[in-house]
Amino acid sequence: MSVLDIKNLTVRFATADGEVAAVSDVSLSVGKGECLGIVGESGSGKSQTFLAVLGLLAPNGRATGEVMFGNTNLLAADEKTLNGLRGDKLTMVFQDPMTSLTPHMRVGRQLTEVLIRHRNVNAAAARDQAIAMLRRVQIPEAERRFDMYPFELSGGLRQRVMIAMAMLCGPKLIIADEPTTALDVTVQAQILDLIRRAKDELNTAVILITHDLGVVAGLADRVGVMYAGRLVELGDVRQIFNAPRHPYTKGLLACTPRLDDTTVGTMPTIPGQPPNLQRLPTGCAYHPRCPAVMELCRVERPPLLATPTGSLNACFLENAS
Amino acid sequence: MWSYFARRVVIGIPTLWAVITVCFFLMRLTPGGPFDAEAPVPPEVLANLRARYHLDDPLWRQYVDYIINLLQGDFGPSFKYHDFSITTLIAQGLPVSMQNGAAALLLAILIGVPLGIFAALAQNTRRDYIISAGAMTGIVIPNFIMGQVLILVFGVWLKDSVLHLPAGGWNDGALPNRILPVFCLAVPYIAYLVRITRGSMIEVLRANYVRTARAKGLPFRLVVLRHALKSALMPVVTFLGPATAFLLTGSMVVETIFQIPGIGRYFVQGALNRDYTLVMAVTILSAGLVIVMNLIVDLIYSFLDPRVRYDERAP
Repeated sequence: MSVLDIKNLTVRFATADGEVAAVSDVSLSVGKGECLGIVGESGSGKSQTFLAVLGLLAPNGRATGEVMFGNTNLLAADEKTLNGLRGDKLTMVFQDPMTSLTPHMRVGRQLTEVLIRHRNVNAAAARDQAIAMLRRVQIPEAERRFDMYPFELSGGLRQRVMIAMAMLCGPKLIIADEPTTALDVTVQAQILDLIRRAKDELNTAVILITHDLGVVAGLADRVGVMYAGRLVELGDVRQIFNAPRHPYTKGLLACTPRLDDTTVGTMPTIPGQPPNLQRLPTGCAYHPRCPAVMELCRVERPPLLATPTGSLNACFLENAS
Repeated sequence: MWSYFARRVVIGIPTLWAVITVCFFLMRLTPGGPFDAEAPVPPEVLANLRARYHLDDPLWRQYVDYIINLLQGDFGPSFKYHDFSITTLIAQGLPVSMQNGAAALLLAILIGVPLGIFAALAQNTRRDYIISAGAMTGIVIPNFIMGQVLILVFGVWLKDSVLHLPAGGWNDGALPNRILPVFCLAVPYIAYLVRITRGSMIEVLRANYVRTARAKGLPFRLVVLRHALKSALMPVVTFLGPATAFLLTGSMVVETIFQIPGIGRYFVQGALNRDYTLVMAVTILSAGLVIVMNLIVDLIYSFLDPRVRYDERAP
């Protein structure tokens, strides 16, 4: 059984210029111990999809559809139910560790408050558990760091604290939103390793939101590619990386530098800009940038359909062949 | 940290001296003198008066004498209230002003800050608009209008009801006499505090760490109180420092309208009468309080935000 099951999720924001759909009709699921990578450019709706799952959209955002977490439809749940799940069974690691911890609170208290809230333990027990978790995410001198303020820690250490916080209660699902973007490369690898261990040791489902295809290749079992608020391809990570079907996925992969590539010259890029969500092109949102565009693509939007290999793909080229 | 504050106190002394000096010479530059307002006196009498108060000494001499007296804690004699020393006048007026100011300050904080938070939590709803509009009204109505309106309503129109309050006077600080002036003093500060608290709370609620706190499953009330409030109070404290100094030294307008024997009223009378020593004393007091309050504000900063540290050691 899947841990999280998203059906037809649409997220709309009311803005001064009218309503904007940041996420349109996204359906996906993630199973126990599985890691699902979500890739896409900035503004493709990948973060908003999962902020909607946690009920943390900005006040002008509305989510429709169904998000089943166990037996709970998170979109229909009241604040009290959501608060019971958030931080306990359903946790999130945010992108920017420098600003994601409360600056005026000691790191330890920010950890223990999660345990005290969800596990109903006393302060001493919470402290022991929190320090044990800090050790587990390989923070040196965990006891000393416990009493420090966030500004006294480096970015890498702060992200470890964030991960420790997300793992404290033994969650069923961790959503990691670009957990390594703000960190330098050596620290990135360590953080990813922590997430991998959380997945393997706790059998936790992980959703990894990123624009770094390398990160997805190293960690994810399945990958979903988002463009302009829609899933355009979803399937096994190896299959999609070896034989991408959607022209956008192909484009993304072509733009990724490879160590074994000996050609000299300019890095390839996808021409054009991601579309303005307020003025989406007709038909397939990718058609103005697509090298294989057909007449049909300009008029009609390709549905997300199953391919012979079992993945999902939203492209007429595929469906026609 | 304490060495930092000791240093700040020491730095406050030249600041105060500069204020005293500028004020001393500005007062003397103003046309007229302390004895001009009285009925015309024979030139011999005037000369005697001037001699008695050393006004016929060269200006530098008067300045040096004043500073020397000040260092001994003597603010000099009043030029107007001939039987009083300035110290006596201040000892009478300051407690009155400070009591009213402290009450107004307390009222402003207790009403303004919660109302600002309340508005911020309901940003862009009717509740927010009503509170914000009320705050704007409180800011734009000058207190000499507010005072008159309060007197008209509670002192005149409601004269025969239980809500009747004295239109003025002090009556040795009886509670009914205090209500209107304290309220009148507090209104603009309530209004400013609502606006500052609302704005800063709205900003903090958008912070990433507030989102983290919500993602932990903490009830929203707790997120606001535990994670957002401290940061949101920083601009409030910044505003309250000088505001406290001004409130405690009395408002000339409010004390004049309500006939309260505080030092704010002395300040107006002193300025009109060219009562040099009285104006000097009130100015020095205000300046001293501003310096002290800014110091206290810096202390509170270090309590609200651990990143603010005042020792030489880098963290």
